[in-house]
Amino acid sequence: MAKIKGEIVVDKERCKGCEVCTTACPTKTIGMSKEVNGKGYHFAMMISDTCIGCASCAMICPDGVITVYKAKIEE
Amino acid sequence: MEELRLMKGNEAIAEAAIRAGCDGYFGYPITPQSEVMEYLMKERPENRTGMVVLQAESELAAINMVYGGACCGKRVMTSSSSPGFSLKQEGISYMAGAELPCLILNVVRGGPGLGTIQPAQSDYFQSTKGGGHGDYRLIVLAPSSVQEMADFVALGFDLAFKYRMPSLILSDGVIGQMMEKVVLPEQRPRFTEAEIRKNTPWATVGKTPDREHNIITSLDMDAASQERHVLHLQEKYNAVEQNEVRFEEIQCEDADYIFVAYGSCARICQKAVDLARAKGIKVGLLRPITLFPFPTKEIARLAEKAKGFLSVEMSLGQMVEDVRLAVNGKTKVEFYGRVGGIIPNPDEVVNALETKLL
Amino acid sequence: MASNICTPENLVYKKTALMTDNVLHYCPGCGHGTIHRTLMEVVDEMGLQEKTIGIAPVGCSVFAYNYMNVDMQEAAHGRAPALATAVKRLMPEKFVFTYQGDGDLAAIGTAETIHACNRGENILMIFVNNAIYGMTGGQMAPTTLEDMKTATSPYGRDVNKVGWPLRITEMIAQLNGVRNVSRHSVHTAAAVRTLKKAIKKGIEDQMANKGGLTFIEVMSNCNSGWKMKPTDANKWMVENVFEYFKPGDIKVDGQLVR
Repeated sequence: MAKIKGEIVVDKERCKGCEVCTTACPTKTIGMSKEVNGKGYHFAMMISDTCIGCASCAMICPDGVITVYKAKIEE
Repeated sequence: MEELRLMKGNEAIAEAAIRAGCDGYFGYPITPQSEVMEYLMKERPENRTGMVVLQAESELAAINMVYGGACCGKRVMTSSSSPGFSLKQEGISYMAGAELPCLILNVVRGGPGLGTIQPAQSDYFQSTKGGGHGDYRLIVLAPSSVQEMADFVALGFDLAFKYRMPSLILSDGVIGQMMEKVVLPEQRPRFTEAEIRKNTPWATVGKTPDREHNIITSLDMDAASQERHVLHLQEKYNAVEQNEVRFEEIQCEDADYIFVAYGSCARICQKAVDLARAKGIKVGLLRPITLFPFPTKEIARLAEKAKGFLSVEMSLGQMVEDVRLAVNGKTKVEFYGRVGGIIPNPDEVVNALETKLL
Repeated sequence: MASNICTPENLVYKKTALMTDNVLHYCPGCGHGTIHRTLMEVVDEMGLQEKTIGIAPVGCSVFAYNYMNVDMQEAAHGRAPALATAVKRLMPEKFVFTYQGDGDLAAIGTAETIHACNRGENILMIFVNNAIYGMTGGQMAPTTLEDMKTATSPYGRDVNKVGWPLRITEMIAQLNGVRNVSRHSVHTAAAVRTLKKAIKKGIEDQMANKGGLTFIEVMSNCNSGWKMKPTDANKWMVENVFEYFKPGDIKVDGQLVR
């Protein structure tokens, strides 16, 4: 059957590491990187493949650094 | 078409504004200039030209409405009297910084503080040296008749747009309140949006795909670029001083003594010239029409042969400082003034000439 | 990590092109960026870029004009509603909005705010309330909560000395000139969606000349000023601020609903 698969792309150099996206994610897909970006921030990233493409993270990201994709995957 | 009417100075300004293609007037009542907005409200220019007239909640709001309208490339104006003009300095400084054209009328009354509602010329420093915070100037036009009140509206707008800076008509309670005959100019059309987009491409009238978004601001946090900006403003003011000096000379050719006076004081001094000449004293009158730019060069030229200057003002001596700078020690410069709403009469001016300079 | 599903046809959400590429100067986690973007998303979706004139305030969002890709004017502190009044009256066919903070709108600009609302100017006013002066370093705002510590109320806001936190939005709702009044936040996706709907209605009403001003308050954290982590600040906002500044509709289509 078809399954919804989502994915986010984080513009990691523009991410300020505020973490508010992590509180918005219903599937706990987003976490913070161990490494830091050019500005010294731990940036947001997918830490599991549970993304459902709901875009909640992107909608509340103050810096608009998250782009969201969603597709139906046949299994 | 042109039209001859008997009008108050304040009414003439209002009617001239409609005819100058003014887009919006935003004001707050204060004596002795309230007739400007009263005339406009009664005249309903929205039906004649589409001009907007709005009574604001304060002078602060009024000048900031002018700021908003000026950002859109519109011909916008306000009017006030001294205490209200002080309140407007914030917005005027912002418009100078953001390089916006507009027209402001100050019908000066006696001060400081609430002072009096009678005429004065004690806002000269405030008008010609900036007025608000920061390094800036206004183009300052000083009418001495109801006719000039009307004429300086279109002129003030045109200069404001030419240099992208506010123009000020510095009048006083005499000129604002007195009635004279005035020839009103022909109706000039208001700007269309296409004209605004073409002639004032900086105006915020909506971003189109062919240009970046327009931002009107007086803020620049980078010191080097803020310095460049202020120097750019300075260059503009230099150009204004180079190109826009206006004055009138009355019987100066053979004069030993020169009155320097603007506005209603110039009218008084005109009579004083006749009285003095009847006594055999050769006196002339230099009337600055623009107070910024000041007719410095012309005064310096007259100082080559004159025996003395008398600056006559309804203040404690403000313009006299610019006269002294222009004369630069070449000859005597004296001052005569009345304040608190007292209007000097021609006899006392002649008397001052005799006691101070002869 | 981008896989094969990251293709244009699968795109669900992307920053609107009506936000410029300038990096926002706001502190990490501040709500301003989300509010800017939500507003610009609606302008974008309604195809109004060419008709939009925005007025920026003085305060943290003083540089809003660097981020919103529409024509903008930078007002003096508190005067944005006066600018907007003139812009809309001179160009009634445009979409005109102000974007102001609590100090700008509810302290120094109180008169301009109330009178623009009372005249029923056909504009949209966005009021971002974070209960503090962020730009100047965390001083007390008119909306600072009772007992809340700021740089100028270091022992907490003493309401007996400096008055109570001002619910200006509730005051404004009483004015006949105002059509829609609501309070929002941007700490959850649901809240952002609700805000977006309110903005859209405000703009639609304005463009349809329905009559009356739309006033939208958005509560935001000021995590720097509140001296908390952004996620903790959002939590604190829900637990402490919402009790006094209650989110929801206050007036809809000219009818008080609260």
